[in-house]
Amino acid sequence: MSAPPPGTGSADDAVIAEGLTKRFGAFTAVDRVTLRIARGEVMGFIGPNGAGKSTTIRMLCGLVEPSEGRASVAGFDVGSQSQAVREHIGYMSQKFSLYGDLTVRENLRFFAGIYRVPAGEFAGRMRYAVSMAGLEGQENTRVATLAGGWKQRLALGCAILHHPPVLFLDEPTSGVEPEARRRFWDLIHDLAANGVTTLVSTHYMEEAEYCNRIALIDRGKLIASGSPGELRQRGLGGVLYELECSPLGAALEALRGVPGILEAAIFGDRLHVVADSGAAGTADLTGLLRGRGVAVGSIRPALPTLEDVFVHLVARGLETRAVG
Amino acid sequence: MSPRRLFAMMYKEALQILRDPRSLAIALVMPLMQMGLLGYGVSLDIKHVPICVYDQENSQLTRSIVSRFDAAGWFSIDRRLHSQAGVRHAIDAGECIAAVVIPVDFSRTLASTGAASIQAVFDATDVNTSNIAQGYLQGIVAGVNAEIETRWSAAHGVRASGVGRIDLQPGTWFNETLDSRNFIIPGVVAVILALIGAQLTSLTVSREWERGTMEQLISTPVTALEVMLGKLIPYFVVGMIDAAVCLALTVFWFDVPFRGNLLTLFAATALFSLVVLGIGYMISVRIRSQLAASQIALLVTLLPTTLLSGYTFPIDQMPRVIQAITLIVYPRYYVTILRGIFLKASTLFDLWQPLLGLVVFAILIVWLASRAFHKRLD
Ligand SMILES: Nc1ncnc2c1ncn2[C@@H]1O[C@H](COP(=O)(O)OP(=O)(O)O)[C@@H](O)[C@H]1O
Ligand SMILES: [Mg+2]
Repeated sequence: MSAPPPGTGSADDAVIAEGLTKRFGAFTAVDRVTLRIARGEVMGFIGPNGAGKSTTIRMLCGLVEPSEGRASVAGFDVGSQSQAVREHIGYMSQKFSLYGDLTVRENLRFFAGIYRVPAGEFAGRMRYAVSMAGLEGQENTRVATLAGGWKQRLALGCAILHHPPVLFLDEPTSGVEPEARRRFWDLIHDLAANGVTTLVSTHYMEEAEYCNRIALIDRGKLIASGSPGELRQRGLGGVLYELECSPLGAALEALRGVPGILEAAIFGDRLHVVADSGAAGTADLTGLLRGRGVAVGSIRPALPTLEDVFVHLVARGLETRAVG
Repeated sequence: MSPRRLFAMMYKEALQILRDPRSLAIALVMPLMQMGLLGYGVSLDIKHVPICVYDQENSQLTRSIVSRFDAAGWFSIDRRLHSQAGVRHAIDAGECIAAVVIPVDFSRTLASTGAASIQAVFDATDVNTSNIAQGYLQGIVAGVNAEIETRWSAAHGVRASGVGRIDLQPGTWFNETLDSRNFIIPGVVAVILALIGAQLTSLTVSREWERGTMEQLISTPVTALEVMLGKLIPYFVVGMIDAAVCLALTVFWFDVPFRGNLLTLFAATALFSLVVLGIGYMISVRIRSQLAASQIALLVTLLPTTLLSGYTFPIDQMPRVIQAITLIVYPRYYVTILRGIFLKASTLFDLWQPLLGLVVFAILIVWLASRAFHKRLD
């Protein structure tokens, strides 16, 4: 349950990071992050504030120099071919960064010029970007006066004017209302359908479900990666059971220290128990609890939410760190 | 270097200049204000300006004239002097801005010839106040003249003209070699250009840092050179327009004679603009806050231009060590060129030394500026 070891991906992967590390003074903001993103994949980069998402993305764009490690993007080395990398990526920084004092059209024209979009194609691409952002008729509006969702979609429009094969989106939906967030994800999927590779960071756990693959990062370390389904299946390191039983306190007490039981916690009016896969089945659990005088109503395997998985992995990370 | 990207940068920057009230104010209003402030003197109205009087005759007539100077409210007569040496001393010591000297034979000359002069000497180190004081003194003397005429007409029963002309002779300007308006105002243009040029560009990169647009910009293929030129060229145009306005004011408003060659003036002004814009740009690249950048730009440009450029304090009267230091104070070259062109009709050939100085500085600054900006956040 860690990042795939180097060599498992294809040499053709759109983004390859190997041991990327960034230290600010004595503080390690990103710690040996290794990841690969296949062409056309939407990878979610998930972790709490300060986890190192932005710093990793900035290193991949060549905006921040890694202290250690290397990366290639769209087939170009980030360290030695940064100009080529910049020609082939679209980037949306975490902070809104279009020119607020320019109009929608002027911003688009500026980025089209900077990316040298062929003159003959500019009109068409601009029309596409404007309609994608839902800004028809607003071409001459100053960008500073637009609402959050429109701003973000316009920023995406500016970032893809030059048809980059790889997109880095740093928390593009933060602070945007849910409806606009959904629209934004639809756009990302449209782009992915056209073969665009996307790394998108978010701290909204529910957005993880929209990604082909997710990478969980905490305190600079990549703690897990895989498809949302895989992570939910295996992320807890065992099988999750949901139990209706009473009294809950006695049940919790009964399970403490039992071999094969990895975790037990009260979850609303239920008990969530993680058991070593194969070590304990439903029958074993029921027997054990009944033997201690606990009335067991129902017991069934359940899929954890990604949030459960994340919390579990963070806690485990803390333990191993505390021990080691 | 891509012309397409350069043009995109320039166009964007020009739009931002036009839409940013702060940049516009610096570009359009500041030169006029500074020209007025530095060229004209801070206050146009005077009140209780200290003057000294050396009344050699001390008769009823002269005393009544002196009392007029006192009565008007513009002047306060601080000292009554008793010798010519006292006059000099009072001005040198800064006790008065002007001294009025009434000759010993004033009444006699007036009676016998119908005309007499009062001398006034002014402190040329405060050229603005002195100028204004002179105007007011002249006005008072004209009033006295008018009264003498009226009295004469009444006594003789005929209308008189040209009777009893009293003259204010502002012949002597003390400390004239040190300062004069013609000498100062061309230097004022250099000061203003330095201030405005560095102020304008000091905001341009720091604004992008502050607003977060820089992070987006450096993620694009735009090169450091394109960023620099794209930002400097629009401001260069603004700087040249400002220079033209200031130089035109110098000639047409302040009546400083222009005796030199327009092309030399243009070349020197362009070089100087490049230097100050480049300095502002470098500051802006390093300092990521607009406020801090503009303050540092102010410090870096104001101090050398006002103190060491020779604009107010002549370089050849400075201590040798300081004179040597002024060689690296780029405004001195421009001030020298401006004075040469304005006052001495110097040719390109006469001015080759300071021009070369500016060329060296322009190349150095632009080279440094082109290396100052790195497309990195850290
Ligand atoms: N330029 C910097 N200097 C010092 N510390 C930094 C710098 N940039 C980021 N950090 C620190 O690195 C950590 C990771 O930051 P960041 O990558 O922005 O996290 P995220 O995007 O996941 O919220 C944070 O603790 C942050 O304070
Ligand atoms: Mg971040």
